[in-house]
Amino acid sequence: MNVWRHVIIIGATSGLGAELAKLLAAEGARVAVMGRREDKLNELAATSPDNILPFWHDVTDLESVPDLFAQATQALGGLDLLIYAAGVMPEVELDEFDTSKDALMMDTNVTGAMAWCNLAATRFQSVGKGTIVGIGSVAGDRGRRGQPGYNASKAALATYLEALRNRLDRQGVTVVTIKPGPLATEMTAHLDQSKMMPVEQAAQKCLGKMTRPGEHYLKITHRLIFAVIRLIPGAIFRRLKL
Amino acid sequence: MASLQGFGGNCRSDGFLFHPTSTADLHEVADLALQSGRKIALRGSARSYGDPAQAAEAFVLDLSQWNQILDWNPETGVLVAEPGVTLEQIWRLTLPDGYWPPVVSGTMRPTLAGALAMNIHGKNAADAGTLGEWVDRIDVWSPRGTHILLPDDPDFANVISGAGLLGVITQVTLRMKRVPSGEVDVKSLHAADWAGQFAAFAEEEGADYRVSWIDAFGQGRGHFHSAHYAEDGRKDRAQDLPSRILGLWPKAWVWPILRLLNTRGGMRSLNSVKALGAKFADNKVHRQGLVEFQFLLDYVPNWQRAYGADGLLQFQPFVPKDHAREVFQALLADAADARMEPFLAVMKRHRADKLNWLFSYALDGYSLALDFKVQPASGDQQKDLLRRMTERVLDAGGRFYFAKDSVLSPSEVQRYLGEATLARYHEAKTRLDPNGLFTSDLARRLGLEIRTP
Ligand SMILES: Cc1cc2nc3c(=O)[nH]c(=O)nc-3n(C[C@H](O)[C@H](O)[C@H](O)COP(=O)(O)OP(=O)(O)OC[C@H]3O[C@@H](n4cnc5c(N)ncnc54)[C@H](O)[C@@H]3O)c2cc1C
Ligand SMILES: NC(=O)c1ccc[n+]([C@@H]2O[C@H](COP(=O)([O-])OP(=O)(O)OC[C@H]3O[C@@H](n4cnc5c(N)ncnc54)[C@H](OP(=O)(O)O)[C@@H]3O)[C@@H](O)[C@H]2O)c1
Repeated sequence: MNVWRHVIIIGATSGLGAELAKLLAAEGARVAVMGRREDKLNELAATSPDNILPFWHDVTDLESVPDLFAQATQALGGLDLLIYAAGVMPEVELDEFDTSKDALMMDTNVTGAMAWCNLAATRFQSVGKGTIVGIGSVAGDRGRRGQPGYNASKAALATYLEALRNRLDRQGVTVVTIKPGPLATEMTAHLDQSKMMPVEQAAQKCLGKMTRPGEHYLKITHRLIFAVIRLIPGAIFRRLKL
Repeated sequence: MASLQGFGGNCRSDGFLFHPTSTADLHEVADLALQSGRKIALRGSARSYGDPAQAAEAFVLDLSQWNQILDWNPETGVLVAEPGVTLEQIWRLTLPDGYWPPVVSGTMRPTLAGALAMNIHGKNAADAGTLGEWVDRIDVWSPRGTHILLPDDPDFANVISGAGLLGVITQVTLRMKRVPSGEVDVKSLHAADWAGQFAAFAEEEGADYRVSWIDAFGQGRGHFHSAHYAEDGRKDRAQDLPSRILGLWPKAWVWPILRLLNTRGGMRSLNSVKALGAKFADNKVHRQGLVEFQFLLDYVPNWQRAYGADGLLQFQPFVPKDHAREVFQALLADAADARMEPFLAVMKRHRADKLNWLFSYALDGYSLALDFKVQPASGDQQKDLLRRMTERVLDAGGRFYFAKDSVLSPSEVQRYLGEATLARYHEAKTRLDPNGLFTSDLARRLGLEIRTP
């Protein structure tokens, strides 16, 4: 059994990140939570004042990351787990090509992740232990019609984390990519959420997967479906409505 | 950054590791620490069992490479050394001249400064006291400069025994002990029970060293040893520990084998075999090298690893002589009731300190060092057991030793040290370390860290 004692979660003001923070704090971990919405940060901290430490943060401000990393680890008294859950998926019309939306996704979903994971990697490699978890998405497995920028950002994140894993595995550091399917969170509030996985359930499943290096889906059916989807030849994929 | 732990391997924390070898280095690191709002922890050879030589997220100053012997005078027997010089370095230099360290621990690896920060005792504690009594001068560094402290300075007795919380010992002047040879005559006595143990200590009152091993699975039975310096012993005896056990097995193989035995059943058997051995050795005297006699525990390299990933913890209460027997008996009964007996138990005789050490642990009585395998799987059961045992010791007016501690809480420390000592500590701390720069995981655990702006 793995006992997490000191955790940082970036993107913990709502959705999956917030749920993971609550679960880990309930298990006794001290958790530094980060995001931009101050009211949500304080609400979350109030659920477990001893164990949840709130930090205001905008991941697109890359320069602030090293200081904040130092502050958070010091306040926690250590670090054994970093979870990067921050992500955005602005609505994009099927005929819309918007560079500023794409850039925001790349900055938030990819570059921000690199800024945080690089610091964690540096530290974990020198102490020879630690776990880095990135929240990817099944949306990163193929480029699809609906969300070119989001798909690209999650694919980039997965490839970056795969490389980290290959670097750090031999140093005793565990790198995990979690690829949820649709979750009922704020990100998907504009869609029909009736068939989506509840976020509490998703968070429980994530916890179970974080001890094993590699890429993990949250449903066994996703593992199979996306294995097939990845194999569909481009010529056919173009004609599908996926 | 490095992941650091004590000898027991029962609590890790990550810190930024530095290896200063001069006061200029200390200034540099301290400036950096103050600028970045970090604290400093001091570390010698990390032979303390618990968490005094590390601090999470702090700058950890490993002083073991600051290790030159600056002066040795065989005429006077006075040695001057840097903080990281080990007991081993010292005896290797001085024994050929007929001198032995006045006080040594059961391992020769500790640094001089680390040994003084805890103020170690040896198997001659009832006679020689603690190591601090043998020191003529220490130089102590803090960001405000270096202070030379002599025994009549009250801060001498604060810094020695101060667990590295009041400043960095940068130089030590130590009086060595003249010995007639490099050998001791060791007498074995078999003790059948607790009465036998205390009788053996009394009977051998005049010996230079006294120590007893106790079978924690048997009612106080065990193997007592006393030793006298051998007047006619060899001065040039080769002191190195053999690299093979019985000339046969490489020592490096021993801990993996011990690890297989490291269960309650395995240890019960091993202890019984050892107790049986004591019967055969009863009343025999044999001659041994000083090193072999003193540093038995260094014989098996990495033996602590036999305790597995969760490590071991040592619980060493010091109990006034009138209560020692009943308390020791009760402690082992508590452990037996919980089916969590210690795998190793060692008893020593002590006397009260001659100087007024800050974190003093010695008293006119006995100590019983108990090595427990850490058992997280037992849930709170092991913690509860140790709480009960601590309570018993405190009720009897007993004390504890930070070099061996992994379990005390702030309220228990308050009872052990008393208000007056804690007030004295706070006075010295705010005066000598106003920025509250020096800390350790132990200090944090015990509520000894001071918060500063
Ligand atoms: C097998 C074994 C047997 C032992 N037997 C005994 C025994 O018989 N009797 C006994 O008394 N102890 C015994 N010990 C404990 C050991 O002697 C002490 O813990 C000793 O303090 C270890 O010295 P160190 O250099 O490893 O110091 P560390 O454990 O590294 O540090 C001890 C303390 O010293 C402080 N410190 C280190 N350097 C400095 C400095 N330059 N200035 C100020 N503070 C400093 C640290 O902050 C820490 O608080 C034993 C330990 C082992 C592993
Ligand atoms: N919902 C899904 O269907 C789904 C499916 C697969 C994967 N995912 C992924 O799961 C992760 C969590 O998303 P969610 O579903 O829980 O949605 P969410 O509730 O919208 O959570 C997103 C989190 O990211 C934070 N964030 C966004 N931009 C940020 C910035 N610039 N700086 C700091 N934090 C920022 C948000 O905090 P602030 O707004 O307060 O800054 C919020 O805490 C994301 O990576 C998402 O891509 C979601």
